[in-house]
Amino acid sequence: MRLGSSFTVALRALARNPGRAALTMLGIIIGIAAVITLMELGAGSAESIRSNIETMGASTILVFPGAARSGGISMGSGTSMSLTPDDYQALLRRCPHVEAAVPIVNARGQVIFENQNWTPNSMVGTAPEYLDVRGWTMEEGEMFNDRQVQSSATVCVVGKTIVRELFNGRSPLGSEIRIKNVNFRVIGVLASKGANMMGFDQDDVIIAPWTTIRQRVAGSRTSSGTSSTSEISTNSVYPGDSSLYPPQSEKFEENYRWSPRFVYVDQILLKAYSPDEASKAMDEIEAVLRERHRLEPGMENDFRLRSSAEMLKMLTETTTLMTNLLLGVALLSLVVGGVGIMNIMLVSVTERTREIGLRMAVGARARDILRQFLIESIVLCLAGGLIGILLGHGAALFLRYYLGWPVIGSVQAVLAAMTVSASVGIVFGFYPAWKASRLDPIDALRYE
Amino acid sequence: MGFIETRNLCKTYFLGEVSVPVLRNVSLEIQQGEYVALMGASGSGKSTLMNILGALDRPTSGEYYLDGEEIGSISNDRRAMVRNRKIGFVFQNFNLLARTSALENVIMPLTYTAGNLSPRQCRERGIAMLKRVGLSERIHHHPSQLSGGQQQRVAIARALINHPPVVFADEPTGNLDSHTSVEVLEMFRELNRQEGITIILVTHAADVAEKADRTIHIADGQIVEGLFGATPERKEAGQ
Repeated sequence: MRLGSSFTVALRALARNPGRAALTMLGIIIGIAAVITLMELGAGSAESIRSNIETMGASTILVFPGAARSGGISMGSGTSMSLTPDDYQALLRRCPHVEAAVPIVNARGQVIFENQNWTPNSMVGTAPEYLDVRGWTMEEGEMFNDRQVQSSATVCVVGKTIVRELFNGRSPLGSEIRIKNVNFRVIGVLASKGANMMGFDQDDVIIAPWTTIRQRVAGSRTSSGTSSTSEISTNSVYPGDSSLYPPQSEKFEENYRWSPRFVYVDQILLKAYSPDEASKAMDEIEAVLRERHRLEPGMENDFRLRSSAEMLKMLTETTTLMTNLLLGVALLSLVVGGVGIMNIMLVSVTERTREIGLRMAVGARARDILRQFLIESIVLCLAGGLIGILLGHGAALFLRYYLGWPVIGSVQAVLAAMTVSASVGIVFGFYPAWKASRLDPIDALRYE
Repeated sequence: MGFIETRNLCKTYFLGEVSVPVLRNVSLEIQQGEYVALMGASGSGKSTLMNILGALDRPTSGEYYLDGEEIGSISNDRRAMVRNRKIGFVFQNFNLLARTSALENVIMPLTYTAGNLSPRQCRERGIAMLKRVGLSERIHHHPSQLSGGQQQRVAIARALINHPPVVFADEPTGNLDSHTSVEVLEMFRELNRQEGITIILVTHAADVAEKADRTIHIADGQIVEGLFGATPERKEAGQ
């Protein structure tokens, strides 16, 4: 008996009782629809959490200096001044998993515009790539550029909260604000981001070139490594310009272990190509910085690394867990649907005992009968699965358009659903089919 | 050796502790092209004998040769093949598939035939068969749209679809009125004469058995009459 004709026979047998076939399929339809909807919803929410965290900086890594010690008294994390602008450029050059790196110089202070004043949450001196690293966007105007960083231009970009507090919501573009008696021209406004995961207002921020903040706002903290104070290496500040000091050979630079760190930055913010590569990037950063800071093996790091990859991992795991849980429930409903199939197939076998007897009398072997009923239940399940896929996908689309839930359709979900429904057909169709094949043709023919 | 030959065929049913012998040492011989009636009261064992001869059942002991092949002890699958290729069945209650056209009913046995015909060839063969039994107008009718006589003719067409050398008819006229009964029996006679198909008619009605060339009477699981067929030589000798 050929497979094609088996399918025709099965389809014909099902078509003889379409109402019952539809009711039998209902269990499978509901089960598969639930599985498809949940898988698409699960994939959607995982992706949305991922992109949410991405904007919060899942692939970003923060490097900050270690604790300075003064006569046995620790000054706390971030007090040692071990990070230099050269460090961040070296990191950018030498770490293959690092996409971008920017220096950060923090400052605090009062900001004055006309008769208004405000003390922003954070005042950040940085480089133009800062926006890319943080995943922030501009609403108006533009970010300062590299030239303005090199020339320590007094320009800044402000967040929405600043606009509200200092400018009463008017556009601040072109206005001059005063920070510690330095006038800064506002050249851009950041798009609103709301509070971050810790509850800090991320819009209460002023961003300016780090050189400007370093020299004119952040004040002159002394570097622990040198005796000289507030001296600025013009080489670092104006990398393109001719040097003030006679140029030194590279070899000399490398060997001069205790090169004074005239200019330091408070932190270096880096971005890996993806959150998954963050840990690799961290290893590279550590290696490069240890080499640059000439730390011998066994010596402690004079810097620390922090990333939010762990947070992302935890959140994704939570979503995956929830999705799998729901998927489990949906699969359970598939099993119930399968039991329904088995029930109806058993009834069908009993009802068609005479037909089975007849088929055996005209030459059907036991395995032909087994195959016929097995194919019937597989066809039933596959048809149910197909309808379920369409229904489930429809439900997912409905959720997306009317409730705005994130939904991602997947080919794997469809393939899995088809496989599962075919397996349900085989598993739950086998017993009735086996029972049918074991019938004695004489008894079956005589069955009333 | 005859076309159908049994030697000391026994069939015993075991109901718990009790054993019920249904056939006792049945030895018979039927030649190719005979038209035989198998007669006996209900419970005489004629149905059991027919089931064994029709390769639906196995004897408890004894041998059964069909067309020179011992089939009393072969596997179920082999017997299914023998039924498919060598035996046609016609039943009292027609046993047609409901909600299935006459043509589909007729070509159904071909699905189980190895050495396949294309679907088109199957249909052509089925249509030819239906034409033979005089139902070329009713090819696409379902059993419920056919009269009893027509249904039985569809069943005969189905029995003949694989050109079997022998047809077993189990009370083929039991559900038919006398007029159509005559028609159906005529058809068997015709098949026997024109194509040399061996017909074995199982019945309890004497008037039906009369139509056959030879009647085998069974009582209490034994052949009581008609053990020796009216072979052509014997017929001549008798006349």
